[in-house]
Amino acid sequence: MTTRELKIKSVEYRKKILKYICNAGAGHTGGSLSIIDILNVLYNRVMNVSPDNFDDPGRDRYVQSKGHSVEALYVVLADKGFFPEEDLLTLCRYQSPYIGHPTRKVRGMEQNTGGLGHGLAICAGNALAAKKDGLPLRVYTVLGDGEMAEGSNWEALMMAAHYKLDNLCAVLDYNKQQITGANADVIGLEPIRKKIEAFGWAVCEVDGNDVEALTETLENLPIEQGKPSFVIAHTVKGKGISYMEGVLKWHHGVPSPGQYYAAINELDTAFQALTEEKIGV
Amino acid sequence: MEMVRTEAIPNLNVFSETLQSLAEQDRDILVVTSDSRGSGKLVPFGVRFPEQIVEVGIAEQNLVGVSAGLASMGKKVFAVSPACFLTARSLEQIKNDVAYSDNPVKLIGISAGVSYGALGSTHHSLHDFAVLRAIHNMTIVAPCDNFETAEAIRQAAAMTSPVYIRFGKKGMPLLDRSLDPDFQIGKGRTIRAGDDLTFIGAGETVLPCETAANLLAEKYGIKCRVISLHTIKPLDEKLILAAAANDRPVITVEEHSVHGGLGEAVASLLFQQGCRNKFKIVGLPDEYTVSGSQTEIFDHYGISGEGLAHTALALLQIKT
Repeated sequence: MTTRELKIKSVEYRKKILKYICNAGAGHTGGSLSIIDILNVLYNRVMNVSPDNFDDPGRDRYVQSKGHSVEALYVVLADKGFFPEEDLLTLCRYQSPYIGHPTRKVRGMEQNTGGLGHGLAICAGNALAAKKDGLPLRVYTVLGDGEMAEGSNWEALMMAAHYKLDNLCAVLDYNKQQITGANADVIGLEPIRKKIEAFGWAVCEVDGNDVEALTETLENLPIEQGKPSFVIAHTVKGKGISYMEGVLKWHHGVPSPGQYYAAINELDTAFQALTEEKIGV
Repeated sequence: MEMVRTEAIPNLNVFSETLQSLAEQDRDILVVTSDSRGSGKLVPFGVRFPEQIVEVGIAEQNLVGVSAGLASMGKKVFAVSPACFLTARSLEQIKNDVAYSDNPVKLIGISAGVSYGALGSTHHSLHDFAVLRAIHNMTIVAPCDNFETAEAIRQAAAMTSPVYIRFGKKGMPLLDRSLDPDFQIGKGRTIRAGDDLTFIGAGETVLPCETAANLLAEKYGIKCRVISLHTIKPLDEKLILAAAANDRPVITVEEHSVHGGLGEAVASLLFQQGCRNKFKIVGLPDEYTVSGSQTEIFDHYGISGEGLAHTALALLQIKT
């Protein structure tokens, strides 16, 4: 998929995220909009994961540690063909498998997550098993910035460096906000780069809402041989919707019908600009 | 009736030997430890199979999370840590990463119950049955002797769902196998037959049940049934109901809090099935646990041949 195609995908994904969150009347809107470009690049450019190879032990693995941004992952998995997109109309409904956090009841999900500080250790186990079996696959997780306060993450960081798991990549969706407010006001995580480097990981920083920059980074892993890779993806919570960007209430705010159409209008305009650009080329 | 044999090898040692024999035949067997290979008697395992042991350091949450990740890749993972830490510090990893995600990790709680004796409550696991019983998709096993331990470990290796196995480190004599020569996770074993009263124990409390049954037979001619209910979950309902069918007293005995463990599991079954046998739960009471060795703690709370005989006589309303 070309960079322009990825950009178009991101707009389409944002529209779908809003559609299904509004239909459900629930969801983690802001975080899904900040993570979506990372998932777009992982699933459409970087990872060898598809419905066709999902039972193949040699496939890459993705475990979403910040499980609450599941709506973004559902939209991408549906687009990949893991299940019919219209299934998402049942999101959070009685007896629906499509609940508010990742679950293996949904094809395409590797693990059940939702409690924070769990994904990295599981991925470290995946990566270690792959090394033991000589499988050339890579393992990816996306962490939330708020969840970096979980001590279990730091246990896993120590262990992954000790075992030189350079087939493991953690991406930090660093949108600088959590449910109570700015990370810096809740519990500061800076200097995050120095901390992760001190734990023995190779670290790089990237604009996490720029699919081109993400592609460049994620297609060139590991950052350093013999070390696990930590990508600090600087993102914007609510990215793509002007009235949501950086506004705390959209952590799990659901747009009203009027707000929904305003958001779709913005995204349609962005979509039009991209397609015209394509015709121009 | 065959008497209790006297060789006394800790179940812990048998666990380690069994794992080595399994690892020899199957390279997918992995042991994951949290600085616990010494206390788990796994040093020889590590020497023989350095590629099949993973050390994560003193980080029990990571122990279980990493084990889940290894198991999801097809490894047969034994996560080994003192029961007190494994089932408390890493409870959320057990609940989410193992049970809920259905990663078939074999959780091995070593030095369980009050095995650590005078090291105190930080090192006791009197809550593990209770918390794990309330988690869906979890099998709970407490083998009583070396035979049950070896079998439990072998069967766990082949299981495709999560299991927790806990045992102590004290030498345990082999109990009589003539009535029930086989071991199967999920099926309790009758160690001794008798119709006057039933003792139901698990793990290291089955031995004092046997001792009590001997005492009661010799001194009073009372014939007790002794059941090793090694699997706390799923409960062997058929065996328990059959034992209670004659309306004679039932005494459960566990190295666990009297709240939420073996005793309450059995009581719940009996009561809901309409059984109204005289019933007593013997375990660790809800109090600051007395200090002392495991044996002293057992004696203090009546988990001993004499203590249990006394409890039995009281239920049978026999004056001594």
